[in-house]
Amino acid sequence: MDRPLLYSGVSVALAAGTFLLLNSLPGCKPNTTKSAVTGDAASKVYVKPGTHDEFYNFVSGGFSGQLAVYGLPSGRLFREVPVFSVDPESGYGYSEETKGMLTTSYGFIPWDDSHHPELSQTNGVPDGKWCFINGNNTPRIALVDLGTFRTKSIIEIPNSAGNHSSPFTTGNSEYVVAGTRFSVPMGDDASRDVPIKSYKENFKGNVSFIHPDPGTGKMSIAFQIATPGVNFDLSHAGKGPSEGWFFFSCYNTEQAYSLMEVNASQRDKDFIMAVNWKLAEQLAKEGKGKRVPGRHYSNWWNEETHSTESTVYEDVLQLDPKDHPGLLYFMPCPKSPHGCDVDPTGKYIVGSGKLAALIPVFSFEKIQKAIAANEVEGDFAGIPVLKYESVLHGEVKKPGLGPLHTEFDANGNAYTSFFVSSEIVKWNVEKLEVVDRVPTYYSIGHLCVPGGDSKQPWGKYVIAYNKITKDRYLPTGPELTQSAQLYSIEGDKMELLLDFPTTGEPHYAQAIPAELVKPREVKFYKIEENHHPFVAKGEKETKVERRGKEVHVWMTTIRSHFAPDNIEGVKLGDEVYFHVTNLEQDWDVPHGFAIKGAANAELLIMPGETQTLKWIPTRVGVWPMYCTDFCSALHQEMQGYVRVSPASSNVPLEAYTVSVDAEM
Amino acid sequence: MRPISRVMIALAAAALFALLYLPIWRIDLAAPQYPEGLYMQIWADHFSGDTEKINGLNHYIGMAHIKDEMFAEFDVLPKIIVVLAVLGLVAAAWGRRILLVGGLVALSAFGAWALWRMWDWGYKYGHELDPRAAIKVEGMAYQPPLIGHKQLLNFDAWSTPDIGGWILFGVMALLAGVYYLEVRDLRKKLKAKHVNPIVP
Repeated sequence: MDRPLLYSGVSVALAAGTFLLLNSLPGCKPNTTKSAVTGDAASKVYVKPGTHDEFYNFVSGGFSGQLAVYGLPSGRLFREVPVFSVDPESGYGYSEETKGMLTTSYGFIPWDDSHHPELSQTNGVPDGKWCFINGNNTPRIALVDLGTFRTKSIIEIPNSAGNHSSPFTTGNSEYVVAGTRFSVPMGDDASRDVPIKSYKENFKGNVSFIHPDPGTGKMSIAFQIATPGVNFDLSHAGKGPSEGWFFFSCYNTEQAYSLMEVNASQRDKDFIMAVNWKLAEQLAKEGKGKRVPGRHYSNWWNEETHSTESTVYEDVLQLDPKDHPGLLYFMPCPKSPHGCDVDPTGKYIVGSGKLAALIPVFSFEKIQKAIAANEVEGDFAGIPVLKYESVLHGEVKKPGLGPLHTEFDANGNAYTSFFVSSEIVKWNVEKLEVVDRVPTYYSIGHLCVPGGDSKQPWGKYVIAYNKITKDRYLPTGPELTQSAQLYSIEGDKMELLLDFPTTGEPHYAQAIPAELVKPREVKFYKIEENHHPFVAKGEKETKVERRGKEVHVWMTTIRSHFAPDNIEGVKLGDEVYFHVTNLEQDWDVPHGFAIKGAANAELLIMPGETQTLKWIPTRVGVWPMYCTDFCSALHQEMQGYVRVSPASSNVPLEAYTVSVDAEM
Repeated sequence: MRPISRVMIALAAAALFALLYLPIWRIDLAAPQYPEGLYMQIWADHFSGDTEKINGLNHYIGMAHIKDEMFAEFDVLPKIIVVLAVLGLVAAAWGRRILLVGGLVALSAFGAWALWRMWDWGYKYGHELDPRAAIKVEGMAYQPPLIGHKQLLNFDAWSTPDIGGWILFGVMALLAGVYYLEVRDLRKKLKAKHVNPIVP
């Protein structure tokens, strides 16, 4: 035998042996996540069948454009509320009535990227009435009514690009805000058609204050404040002593426009922008602003006509801080701040520089003193920059890597997420001392404590919303589920209780005691309050009518039949509008409506509601229609036919239902 | 009659008026799909409660649509109640025992009649089914119980007096009490009258 061959044989055997040995030895690999759960975590998240969760958790869908609703502590998914993206299963964005909700000055936009749910507040505490959420791509803010869990209102934000620092609320939801992630040139066509290299000269930002009508939920833009061209990232309203102020984190004070990951990361400090919104409100009321071009839509869902009402505005009221000293101040904040969070007392503002290795905490009292004493280090594009040391409460030293967001409990603690070091760090706001840390799996983005950005956090849990799941769940090909992780914060140490998968990509989330939401639930729409122009309030009101090439069908559903269920006289080239009224007056009895070849979607019609599906038949023949929601023991009998004849035919238009008696 | 008897009769009569404004009977239904339950109340002159939902369910088995017109007694019930109540007030004012007896008899007759009408209505409602009904269960009838519990397919049905029914029972008990007192008084009186002739 040749020696080299022998050697190599031995070395292969050795290598294989070593490999096997290493794999079988305990403790040779780093500790993994499998050891992370201790004690009786299961009993803490177990919600017995038939009982309810303690909290609602409203979680953004990210690239899904929707809002997901979970229960805590179980992590069970209840609903995905269609907000910015079309939803063929319910017909949202497809029915004639809902198309308007997604209409903007750019036309019909059937999708968006939803980032930050924010519950409406009364006296600085979430009240369970509404949930706002921002559309990041085509700048919009939506208001979801928590009585119906439906999108009630969507407003487009003009003069904006990338609506990220939104839709955070003032203490009584007088306003929710929007800020430009991208600064862009604004004004008329000539002012907007400029070289990208002219960023410093031509690109501007702004922050908008949107007023939701407390009664109707209709939204309108109260005023915009023009700002220098930077990127606004996140924001939060002041509360308590800082009530009347709003704080926005901003990055790219380098004013870069290319290779941002390098070019926008050069300065040691970017800014947190402090806005005196009470002053802005007063200036707006005094007519100090000027109306600037800014075409935008405000869409509102009318629950009596079951239809969208859109208002189109051509301009917007804008305030220029150069004309109004005291409106805006910049505070230096280390390295591209992301999260901008105000503690429950309203005394401290936490900036999270995502490239920083410390967390700066600003003092509102010191900010006021610095303003009064004019302790400025200069200005940025005309806006005063306060001295960092003058406004700083202190820094949390070496908390972790890549701080992103901070939420609070009611005991003076803050919980900050760290993307890079993949952990939640608990620290004391007053003392600026780290008191605990737990790993997250993996790479946490946002986090949420019930009521954790309000005056009165309910505490109990912190939920991590992670960007990466890798090996945490059964694999599903290249695209894996996104996830949330629930930790108990009741003890001194944070304790991992549960992983649960989430829809889309979860960004921010909010949680609120279920008892604040449950009493608001609408069980069905009252048929007598239905003022849809094509409602049929009973089978006697059903009919068909030809209006030129349009055929309108007044149709009803009740367990378990359509009226009419036979329609003849439709011709090729016609557009058929099925106006379907669900006559049921009981909870949990929706009916579906589907017709073969529908190029748009089906309808899911709630009890007492009317929705319209437009259908353009493409072939001669008899077309089936049926109910898609298993409504009763006779659901499978809930069907009908539409006869479509050639364009030249003389078949009269008629609709009927035939009873057994008539046929016998 | 004793003054207290007259006061009690007046009270009973006044209580009868309440029957005009309160539900007299109720039927409760429960099924797995209806954890919150369904109910129906019978008043002197109308039905109330989840009748529309009950109708929606019952059409599968061919039961008639519950509506006020199907119970003809709704036209006369309030009148009878008023007559009985007025009779009671007259008895209290006048104070003759014979009226008390008459009132008690009339009230009992009324109660019996009302129960019989309800049973009869329930019988027809549960038996006279639409032959075209989608669900037909051989030999099954759906007569609701007159009082107490009964299983009707997937539903448990309970039939019980509602507040008006309890008032009616209370009125009857009150009058029975008065009757007992008065009869005792009468016996004593009669005894007193005949005492001398009996004793030698």
